[in-house]
Amino acid sequence: MSERYTIPEASVGYLLQELAKSGRRVLGPKVVAGRIEITNIKSFADVVKHGQSVVSAKGVVFPKVERLLRYRFEGGKNIALDDVEPQAHPTVLFGLRPCEARAFHALDVVFNWDSKDKFFNARMANTTVIALSCTQADESCFCTSLGSRPDDPQGSDILLSPLNAGGFVAEVVTEKGKALVALANDAFQPLSGQADVVPPATVAAAFDAKDLQQKLAAQFDSALWAEQSLRCVGCGACAFVCPTCVCFDIQDEADTKQGQRLRAWDSCGMRIFTLHASGHNPRDKQSQRWRQRVYHKFAYYPERLGTLGCVGCGKCSRACPVDMNLKQHLAQAAKSATLG
Amino acid sequence: MEALKSKAQELLAAGTVKVVIGYGKGTGENRRPIFVRTAERVADLVVDTACTQNLATYLTKAEIRTLGRMAIVAVPSTLRSILQLAAEKQLREENILALAIIDGAVRELATFDAIEEAVATVPDAMGEADQKMIDKLTAMSVSERRAFWAGELGRCVKCYACRSSCPMCYCERCTMDCNRPQWIPVASHALGNLEYHMVRAMHLAGRCVQCGTCGTACPVGIPVHLLTFFAEQTVRRQFGQKGGASAKLDYAMSTFKPDDKETFIR
Amino acid sequence: MEANIYKPYLMRIAAITDEAPSVRTFKLEFTNPEEAAAFTFTTGQFGLYSAFGEGESTFCIASSPTRSKGYIECTFRETGRVTSSLADKDVGDIVGFRGPYGNVFPLEKWKGKNLVFVAGGIALPPLRSVIWNCLDLRDWFKDITVVYGARGVNDLVYKNELEDWGKRSDMKLVVTVDPGGEKAGWTGKVGFVPHIVEQIAPPAVNSVAIVCGPPIMIKLTLPVLAKLGFGKSEIYTTLENRMKCGLGKCGRCNTGKSYVCKDGPVYTLAELEQLPAEY
Repeated sequence: MSERYTIPEASVGYLLQELAKSGRRVLGPKVVAGRIEITNIKSFADVVKHGQSVVSAKGVVFPKVERLLRYRFEGGKNIALDDVEPQAHPTVLFGLRPCEARAFHALDVVFNWDSKDKFFNARMANTTVIALSCTQADESCFCTSLGSRPDDPQGSDILLSPLNAGGFVAEVVTEKGKALVALANDAFQPLSGQADVVPPATVAAAFDAKDLQQKLAAQFDSALWAEQSLRCVGCGACAFVCPTCVCFDIQDEADTKQGQRLRAWDSCGMRIFTLHASGHNPRDKQSQRWRQRVYHKFAYYPERLGTLGCVGCGKCSRACPVDMNLKQHLAQAAKSATLG
Repeated sequence: MEALKSKAQELLAAGTVKVVIGYGKGTGENRRPIFVRTAERVADLVVDTACTQNLATYLTKAEIRTLGRMAIVAVPSTLRSILQLAAEKQLREENILALAIIDGAVRELATFDAIEEAVATVPDAMGEADQKMIDKLTAMSVSERRAFWAGELGRCVKCYACRSSCPMCYCERCTMDCNRPQWIPVASHALGNLEYHMVRAMHLAGRCVQCGTCGTACPVGIPVHLLTFFAEQTVRRQFGQKGGASAKLDYAMSTFKPDDKETFIR
Repeated sequence: MEANIYKPYLMRIAAITDEAPSVRTFKLEFTNPEEAAAFTFTTGQFGLYSAFGEGESTFCIASSPTRSKGYIECTFRETGRVTSSLADKDVGDIVGFRGPYGNVFPLEKWKGKNLVFVAGGIALPPLRSVIWNCLDLRDWFKDITVVYGARGVNDLVYKNELEDWGKRSDMKLVVTVDPGGEKAGWTGKVGFVPHIVEQIAPPAVNSVAIVCGPPIMIKLTLPVLAKLGFGKSEIYTTLENRMKCGLGKCGRCNTGKSYVCKDGPVYTLAELEQLPAEY
């Protein structure tokens, strides 16, 4: 189904222009005050060509705070509920890393598991992803350990890969991608046969996700988890920068006249995540919560939802204040004996 | 640093301590906290200029305390944290041993008095860049300052990396965790972010040892440490009390003396 | 407009019963008659109940689908932010309800068997729905036994229904209080629930046991049932876990590979033992 084109370097600006003209907001990785953020892109020069943003792009489809409901306390005992429509502004994510493009699927399977979350769906339907293959990676990246690669088109609507001579190959993967091509036809020149692409980054595999999933089955009671989590301070940095983490809290905020029900990002690493009102806490120790993070992403997700809960972007490792390097921890888990 | 490693080896071999909390090599050029419990792993210890994180936060972590008597590789801000924690009755002298790194040398400090003496010789914590930022903020008008923090805090996602890495945030039930009443909104909207950081700065007023670890911990680069630094400086100015100066302290914000300059309470 | 899965039904509190100290039952009527007519549920399922302004809390649906048309009942103990707000409400006040969620008690599988219900304290509500459901389908089952205990006489919930059940000839009800919990004139048993179960010794052949209670009661009752010969697939329980969405999305109730809101709350002991003890 994929169609292949080339885009000359000079035409990228035209493409961005036409995207903006169509009323879409164009967001991508850009350096702001020394950090890579997902923000408004005006020109291709803005786009960070390799390197990871600190916080993922998941906020476009799953914002850090989202209003689910409003209500009013009317006179007497009456309460009126006001439904909320998601703000799903048509958006193009331009220049995203391929790992991030793959991450949307992991969110999709949760938000559409039996019941359908209209907030995520409305935003996702209005979001098109143009990813940019990675020609460089760093020591926190591990996409290749999860059966993917730096130029993996899965999850993208269009995947751009840089050519040695300048310009890009554009692999148009989906109907959504095709619709964007139609907006700026002149930029896209049909390609047949091979293209002289810049070699994708070399990312040595540190472990194999399928092998890890099997090993995890026998390691639940291993002493490894307590050992690995000794330095974990139980914050939510890893979960919040992660493009696949989807756990959330629901909070009511109200005054005497009206209120709203909000959804906010949450993290299984925090102590009060599983705390019962009675005071009982099923995961009272940080080692249990660390283990939950690993198992949820690498064992339960594949088993229940048919996909990994991780794309190997490494944002968690980079954001962690105490250097909990997920790739290293997983490699260790994959190597260790069945019962620690 | 060989002196540190041989000291750590000695202590572990003799059973004087059960764990040495120190720095080890992390990802790339990073350093990470490590917990050495055997002689074989002493070789993992590293001391260099990249070791700046305040490790004192682990002194109140249950999983570490239960290991037994702790030795901790202590840069000056860690020493100050130890004193502040001691002043707040969170540490017992017999349970910890500081392996102080001052001017490139290792010193074994076994008592709070010894730590107090050592800390008094170290110049004040705040770096030039931070002082400049504080001066800049102080010189701003209220509306300029509000705009600055609105811009910075807009990135906050309420991950609590700042709170979790701060040695003084050891409360088992943080204000943020209370929901009866819900003092501060949980969500990371503008109000929820502002209120959290303001309350945290107030709760750190006079207690902050100016290690800057909270600011470094923030994944989105918000200079939250400036808030707690400023609050600590204010208490110092008003009450003559410096965070982490002594283990014998009546904390200014929770004690009252008859000669306090406020008259409203008389 | 696509349906908002987080939007609750608006329910009016039609009646309030004070069951025990801090424990009360709400009878909730749908404010919208169309929703009332369309609503169905199966015994075992739960819902999320809103105190608008405070939040939502998870309780089972305590009424039986065989006898509640246009209304549902829930029983809760005042414990935290949301339940305290609910406890403050009067007849006529509006609360929210989202549901029904979760899996069901497999009554079809229990046809022709003896049923032994064992409950403790505030854990009778999750079983009350299924007990009434079974009594209303009485000829599906053989003997029905209910063993229910609480700390003291005042802590027993559904006191009126216990009286009714005690008078029925088509079931055996044994009520007990912990030693020291009896009052003058108490004619029920005195002893911890597990001991009473041991005393009564319900036969395990062709039987199913449904157990719900505080963790300690469950912990001590399971070996008793095992000794009597109940197999792990013949012992059922219903779990309560911290929940927020109830729909398998927020991740809070995830225990092992199971989501209590989707795969539960009803589990057999065999299924429960496959999960880590993180509930």
